[in-house]
Amino acid sequence: MGLVAYFDAASTEPLHPQAREALLAAIDVGWADPARLYNQARRAHLLLEQARTEVAEALGARPDEVSFTSSGTQAVHLGVLGTLQGRRRVGRHLVTSAVEHSSVLHAAALHERDGGTAETVGVDLLGRVDPAVFTEAVARPDTALACLQTANHEVGTLQPVAEVAAACRRNGVPLLVDAAQTAGRMPVPAGWSVLTASAHKWGGPPGVGVLAVRKGTRFRSYLPEDERERKRVPGFENVPGIVAAAAALRAMTAEAAQERSRLSALVDKIRQTVPKVVPDVEVIGDPVERAPHIVTFSCLYVDGEALLTELDKAGFAVSSGSSCTASTLRPSHVLEAMGVLTHGNVRVSLPRGASAAEVDRFLAVLPELVRRIRQDAGVT
Amino acid sequence: MTETTQPALTVDALGKKCPIPIIMLAEQINHVPLNAVVAVLADDPAAVTDVPAWCRLKSHRHVGSYELPEGGWAIHVRRNY
Repeated sequence: MGLVAYFDAASTEPLHPQAREALLAAIDVGWADPARLYNQARRAHLLLEQARTEVAEALGARPDEVSFTSSGTQAVHLGVLGTLQGRRRVGRHLVTSAVEHSSVLHAAALHERDGGTAETVGVDLLGRVDPAVFTEAVARPDTALACLQTANHEVGTLQPVAEVAAACRRNGVPLLVDAAQTAGRMPVPAGWSVLTASAHKWGGPPGVGVLAVRKGTRFRSYLPEDERERKRVPGFENVPGIVAAAAALRAMTAEAAQERSRLSALVDKIRQTVPKVVPDVEVIGDPVERAPHIVTFSCLYVDGEALLTELDKAGFAVSSGSSCTASTLRPSHVLEAMGVLTHGNVRVSLPRGASAAEVDRFLAVLPELVRRIRQDAGVT
Repeated sequence: MTETTQPALTVDALGKKCPIPIIMLAEQINHVPLNAVVAVLADDPAAVTDVPAWCRLKSHRHVGSYELPEGGWAIHVRRNY
């Protein structure tokens, strides 16, 4: 099988051709230290600031609100801990949803080890927080920060960010919005105080994250400060990577409306067809209010790792939240929090340009693979 | 009393990884009478989510999950049909 259909865009989107071009050009001209005062440095500085302006515009921020980090995970760590640090006098309570990316939950765990408190708000069977319950949690007087993703990275369900943002504003609590799964694919919802995203998920290179902090939001870096990136992110900026990230975001945003509806129709097809051609399957997440490119399902009585291996052999790159396929022995905390089947789990996330023919081939081979794995396990 | 019925059958899936505990449960639930309770013993943390999810999908009733002193859980399921 020479042909591989890459269906793991939620892990990382392949480098956009325009990002590749920009990266190669910027390596040649944007290598110098943007903080220095000679010709090459001024050129690097100019490239960096142009990229910052473009990224800010695409995400609905002001350029001086945007800092670049070394990853989406680092953006979340710095964003969560820096906002908590800035609000220390108000209180030390953190509210998150139970289905946030592990980077949010790991930052919350560190905050708790430091003596802070954290509350995770549960989700329904579709993976969505109830805005009323989230609002109640945020209303606690010592709440320093709330965190909510735009869309869930494993099941695609959109979160009620606008409603939660309004509640946070009423309570004077800053809201960190993790837009990693939707930046470049959907408009960023309004109302955030801190916004995080990751360039490699929108077709940029690895090694670039975005941390935007709204004017007026109290923020103090959790790490030792230096002069870079408005004292929010220490270390020498990855100018070529940032330039390429901005090029990818520009290109993705320009095609987003069209590509969004095309990929969403392919996801609809997978959501509707899989339960018809594979018995005992649960398709997970919200069928309508969802990210355009993500669909997840679990096959009863099937070992997730076996299914991933078979799909790999058949030429499909997908991922899974089943425990046997992860580095830990626990299944995905997202699937656990939703209360849905964790074994036999497959996440399909379509990159830009994924074709209907590839999706059809996936739907054609899946039933036989599942049947064989069940048969081998003695399921009749 | 209905919620504390003694299990009519115990499925010992200790040491087995999901989906094996679910496969064993599906095989054996028809060995008990209607409304009887099957106890699944499992120590794979996935079973704590997957047994209740299986009940929801298969319209049986998840009665409760109880931690075992030696580690793992006893997950009680009532046969509905």
